Amino acid sequence: MAWNNTISRRDFMRWAAAAPAALATVDEFLPKLAAALQEAIKEYPIIWLQASTCSGCSVSVINTIHPSIKNVILEQVLPGHQLILSYHGTLMAATGSLSVDAARATAAKFKGKYVLVVEGAIPTKQNGVYGSVGEEHERPITMLHWVDSFGRDAMAVLTVGTCAAYGGLPAAEPNPTGCQGVSDVFKTLNIATPVINIPGCPPHPDWFIGTVAKILLYGMPKPNELDEDGRLKLFYARSIHNRCINRDYLDDGIFATKFGEEGCLLELGCKGPFTYADCPIRLWNSNVSWCIGAGAPCIGCTERGFPDAHSPIYQRR
Amino acid sequence: MKTLRKKIVIDPMTRIEGHLKIEATVDNKVVVDARSGATLYRGFEQILVGRNPLDAVQITQRFCGVCPIPHAIASAQALENAFGIMPPDNGRIIRNIMQAANYVQSHILHFYHLASLDYFRGPDVPPFVPRYEADYRVPPSVHDDLVNHYILAYQMRLKAHELCAIWSGKMPHAASIVPGGVTIIPRLDNITTSLWRVKELTDFIDKVYLNDVLTIAEIYRDYFQIGTGCKNFLAYGLFDLDNEPDVTKRKRFFPMGRMTNGKVDPIDPSKITEDVKSSWYDSPSHLRPGNGETVPNPTKRGAYSWLKSPRYDNGVYEVGPLARMAMVYETKSNPKVVQLVNETLKKLQVDPESLYSVMGRHLARAIECKVVADEIANMVMQVKLEEPVCTGHTIPDSAQGIGLWCAARGALGHWVDIKNGVIAKYQAVVPTTWNASPKDDKGQPGPIEQAMIGTVVEDTENPFALARIVRSFDPCIACAVHILEPGKEVKEFRFV
Repeated sequence: MAWNNTISRRDFMRWAAAAPAALATVDEFLPKLAAALQEAIKEYPIIWLQASTCSGCSVSVINTIHPSIKNVILEQVLPGHQLILSYHGTLMAATGSLSVDAARATAAKFKGKYVLVVEGAIPTKQNGVYGSVGEEHERPITMLHWVDSFGRDAMAVLTVGTCAAYGGLPAAEPNPTGCQGVSDVFKTLNIATPVINIPGCPPHPDWFIGTVAKILLYGMPKPNELDEDGRLKLFYARSIHNRCINRDYLDDGIFATKFGEEGCLLELGCKGPFTYADCPIRLWNSNVSWCIGAGAPCIGCTERGFPDAHSPIYQRR
Repeated sequence: MKTLRKKIVIDPMTRIEGHLKIEATVDNKVVVDARSGATLYRGFEQILVGRNPLDAVQITQRFCGVCPIPHAIASAQALENAFGIMPPDNGRIIRNIMQAANYVQSHILHFYHLASLDYFRGPDVPPFVPRYEADYRVPPSVHDDLVNHYILAYQMRLKAHELCAIWSGKMPHAASIVPGGVTIIPRLDNITTSLWRVKELTDFIDKVYLNDVLTIAEIYRDYFQIGTGCKNFLAYGLFDLDNEPDVTKRKRFFPMGRMTNGKVDPIDPSKITEDVKSSWYDSPSHLRPGNGETVPNPTKRGAYSWLKSPRYDNGVYEVGPLARMAMVYETKSNPKVVQLVNETLKKLQVDPESLYSVMGRHLARAIECKVVADEIANMVMQVKLEEPVCTGHTIPDSAQGIGLWCAARGALGHWVDIKNGVIAKYQAVVPTTWNASPKDDKGQPGPIEQAMIGTVVEDTENPFALARIVRSFDPCIACAVHILEPGKEVKEFRFV
């Protein structure tokens, strides 16, 4: 199996061409230091499973700036800490059975030590018949089966996005495929692996990287660091509304009544008061803007029950 | 004569958006039959039924995280058509900017991060290993450049996302697109902060992306003869240039039309139908999307996909950048496209017919990316500060609407039927449903299937040629598999 003998830190450092001069020098003239540097890097195998998803969470996470996506995938997510992305359906080179074999090999080799990232909800109706990845003995392998087998032996599960955390859009009424978030699936399957939720439709890249960094540097979150929906309070403790840029309009009683008008957006259905995330201060896409910055009401995408709990989207709740 | 028949199954097909399974029957190394099947169903249309029509714009964007913008626009246009309104100039122009930025993001992502690893090895670390170990012909010097450009392209697609988010609030999933126009009140800094990003993107496309595609095309010249496909092309057009309510008469930057044997004709949307013979449905076949029905049956004999088979006037049509560029080239409606295509053909010493191929699709995508990116600065300068961005609406008790647009991956149609002021029916026929469609009622294979049939596969353990063909279409399965409704209880599920 190719996987076993291909992770060569030495080869990789030689390849890391963005800083070719520096690395080549260390490698060539100070071989002991280079070896020490390589020894010091801790590696964390990751299996990233895409279930009932639009892939928007992956697209959002690759928008990370510091660390860059190059740091995250190819180098070190934090100095001294390297993620080994052994399976990611959209990014990996391998295809077909070669790809799922890589995921299986990782799970077997690093039992209890790998992190499972789940993106998308899990179709559970009719034993998961509505979503499969790969096949075995000419029968499709359901996403439900993958979450069961990889989830059971993982060190931890990170749910990326509201679908994986709580069911999200595919679980909206009438939930045609019986979609559920990972925690609910684990309850049914009696799996005790810890789950940390990183909701959002999609989640901000900083929320994902920040959660990963928290675990690598300080270990698994303590119960008081998570809210009742399994999210890190670090990112999800305060409401959109309380830190909104339109608070002055609210104070002055200026409300937008039509799209494209200045004013507080509550009358256009803004769910800021019921939504907990740090968008107003973090901003999106290299800090260029955010939903309310573009005159659009918050739709409550980080919350359990999205979208039904906030429907109709443009009516005051 | 006895021959060696073998079935190749590629499942999952990675480095595409979503969940796709490819099967090919190989006889003496030649593909004689091919099947393209989607392996996930989400049921979005069912979820939309009974909801406030305005919600469709936010919900249908979640079909796809790579291309939410075209869904938002097609959905908003279907609703505007039902409401009898049109956006003001600012609404139209700002949507065009977001769409253009999303094209640039999508095309760069596709070439570098989804397709290019079919042609060069990349570093020997996950996620670049494992991989099919065969037929990498790129010399070492070029290889290192491509690896660096693969990384650089991440930064560039990030920049394109920023450009979009300046106007949409965030990406993926735009906040600011609503029926009637957009919500963003344009300010001077939106314009200034856009222009430099546009410049960096056009520089990258001119100096890196176009050259890399040409380099790969020169090295893999045989791929001008592989993956030809059905050679019928369909496009709904891109970027509204006026506010004409009838979408078939509206002026667009890239035109709406279809092309067969080099002849370009207008489109009559009523000739679009969907067959279900090879799809897991018992509902009647050959219905128009506006009247579509969906009764799933996952054990249906002979079926192998969650996708239906859209056809135009019973014909199989390819959609996407090649379809758009082929039509623009044929009608000479955009001089810059004609010039770029001619220069490319001359440089590579190939004839126009060779563009109906794997490499032709990559070149068409790159040329389109350049022409679209070059247009963005103009669009940004057309934004009118201090003028309205959105037209008011009243939700009618009963109405129907249609929105026809082009996603980066091809022709995209949304159909909405409103009754009692809520959504009674919603259908979307998306690019990959056309391209990855299974065999229709007449047994005609879909475009990707046709492109695979006849291909020589030397090593069935490493069917890289098939992977290259499929990826040249840039399939987006998450978009395509929303179409279904919930199934009845099923005891067993197996491929037949």
